[in-house]
Amino acid sequence: MGFLEMLYFIIPSAILYATPLIFTAIGGVFSERSGVVNIGLEGLMIVGAFVGIYVNLEYASTFGSATIWMAMLAAFIIGGIFSLLHAVASISFRADQTVSGVAINLLGLAVSVFLVKMIYDKGQTDMIDQTYAINRFAIPYLEDIPFFGPLLFQNVYSTSILAFAVAIGAWFIIYKTPFGLRLRAVGEHPMAADTMGVKVNRMRYIAVVISGALGGLGGAVYAQSIAGNFSHATIAGQGFMAIAAMIFGKWHPIGALGAALFFGVAQTLSVAGSGMPYIQDIPAVYLQILPYVLTIFALAGFIGKANAPKASGQPYIKGKR
Amino acid sequence: MSNRVINILVPIISIIIGLIVGAIVMVVSGYDPVQGYSALWTGIFGDSYSIGNTIRQITPYILAGLAVAFAFRTGLFNIGVEGQLILGWLAAAWVGYAFDLPKVIHLPLALLAAAAAGAFWAFIAGFLKAKFKVHEVIATIMLNYTALYIANAVIKNLSDGGFKTERVHVSASLRSPFLRELTDNSSLHYGIIVALLMVMVMWFILEKTTRGYELKAVGFNKHAADYAGMSVNKNIILAMTISGMFAGLAGAMEALGTFGNASIKPGFTGIGFDGIAVALLGANTPLGVVFGASLFGSLKYGALNMPNAAGIPEEIVSIIIALIIFFVASGYIIRVALQKLSKKKEGQ
Repeated sequence: MGFLEMLYFIIPSAILYATPLIFTAIGGVFSERSGVVNIGLEGLMIVGAFVGIYVNLEYASTFGSATIWMAMLAAFIIGGIFSLLHAVASISFRADQTVSGVAINLLGLAVSVFLVKMIYDKGQTDMIDQTYAINRFAIPYLEDIPFFGPLLFQNVYSTSILAFAVAIGAWFIIYKTPFGLRLRAVGEHPMAADTMGVKVNRMRYIAVVISGALGGLGGAVYAQSIAGNFSHATIAGQGFMAIAAMIFGKWHPIGALGAALFFGVAQTLSVAGSGMPYIQDIPAVYLQILPYVLTIFALAGFIGKANAPKASGQPYIKGKR
Repeated sequence: MSNRVINILVPIISIIIGLIVGAIVMVVSGYDPVQGYSALWTGIFGDSYSIGNTIRQITPYILAGLAVAFAFRTGLFNIGVEGQLILGWLAAAWVGYAFDLPKVIHLPLALLAAAAAGAFWAFIAGFLKAKFKVHEVIATIMLNYTALYIANAVIKNLSDGGFKTERVHVSASLRSPFLRELTDNSSLHYGIIVALLMVMVMWFILEKTTRGYELKAVGFNKHAADYAGMSVNKNIILAMTISGMFAGLAGAMEALGTFGNASIKPGFTGIGFDGIAVALLGANTPLGVVFGASLFGSLKYGALNMPNAAGIPEEIVSIIIALIIFFVASGYIIRVALQKLSKKKEGQ
């Protein structure tokens, strides 16, 4: 395999693996920017993956070619609703946000597998019909551009385009709108925001629900494009990797996008690297641990300092200094 | 109502609400909760075989709970028990089969290796926190996956491309024919004694030593401890290391007792995360951890009887456990409710 061919294989595949991470990591950005740590993204992705596969399997004949979008929409909504549990516990009931997140992870997995066993009477669902999966396509004209055509436009997934749009949209919302300013304010200094008339808890509720919806969306995308079915092991660490991408991207939507793409490359190489020259000499384990080790380095300040929003992790209690 | 009573009431109320919501879930899903809970009960206490296996299940839960609780008491959140446990598991299994030694040396050595492996992995997180201010929650999550992949790669290497290591030698095994016979061939092993010993160790460190006092002081108020001349950084690192030691031993229980080897895992064991639930329910005290581990260990093992005896997916118990964590974590609201309730009574 020549270098160009390798590149033509790695880049589209990396974007495929990165797409669910982008959605989920952007969700994490919203939540953490408002001051609520969301370790529960893994559980929210699991719920989203289950809902996505369920809608796809049950309603493919009804929705036809719109199936993936309906499945993603359902996962988006259910993910948002499910994250309300985290919001209520950590914002209104002042629960430890990490503990509540851990509970979301346990609950998401348990509920999803419980429902699979109840509905299908076995531990995993059937595979979805390939015609109703998220499939790649080529963009006419653009695919003919030399180098960039095969690199970016011959194997495109519509969900990847959506992911880029969501990242740019999130950047615009967080940095260019009054809503975004308030969001960042309640995450950095909730008391100051409160004094200025910003409803701290309401902002946080909205942010957590956005993160749940995007996490659910990420799960549905992963299940319908990469996994193809749902079982207890469908989502195994993607949620935590999205958290890693969020941190590595320094709590910034575009940064998270870049980090997710980079982790996508690492995942591609660890899955398919055994057939490539040079890459096959690197033990897969190095590529598997790369995202996590890099995130630790980023936090330790070796790769630019990553600072969490100041009020992240603390419930806001009116009148308490 | 005194604070002490409320502290005990919060977990109990959480358990009761958890079980009630679990019953509601069963009804809504078209299952019979009475049948479900009686299947759960038989799964735990039905015969000596079940009891033996329930205790076996409780064993690593105690140690994982101690790991989380010890860190909590010192102001740290060790969410990385899972990774420390996996490395402890691997280390114990390796020492267990790679050496030929008399039992009095071999078994303690294997346990020590597991404790050291877990301690080392947690030490990294403690060091990062002390030196670079890296939040331990994120660091330990990242270290969990790192440990999982490293352990899998090492197991593959050790077994020449296979998926599990050789079995540990009898001289390093925690298994006992006596306990097996006593419990009708269950996989009960001597690990429970190790776990209970560690409960005492944690109590002793925290309550009876100067170091334990310092560790707790740092947990209560970092700045006050610093002002009093205690080294906060040193205590953070030490606290994580001790916590990781407990976690590593939890892995040794699986390596030397329950499974007798280490195998490649597609994902986490879940024991580490359940350890968080155990510690929370036990209010981070050594004795509380024993109760928490007994409850969650029993539920987890008893649940395996539910699909056969009542046709209910065993995940219902995981749902209940997750709900209990929610309620305990939201203890603030239960406290408020209890205080209002007791005030009303006093007013009458």
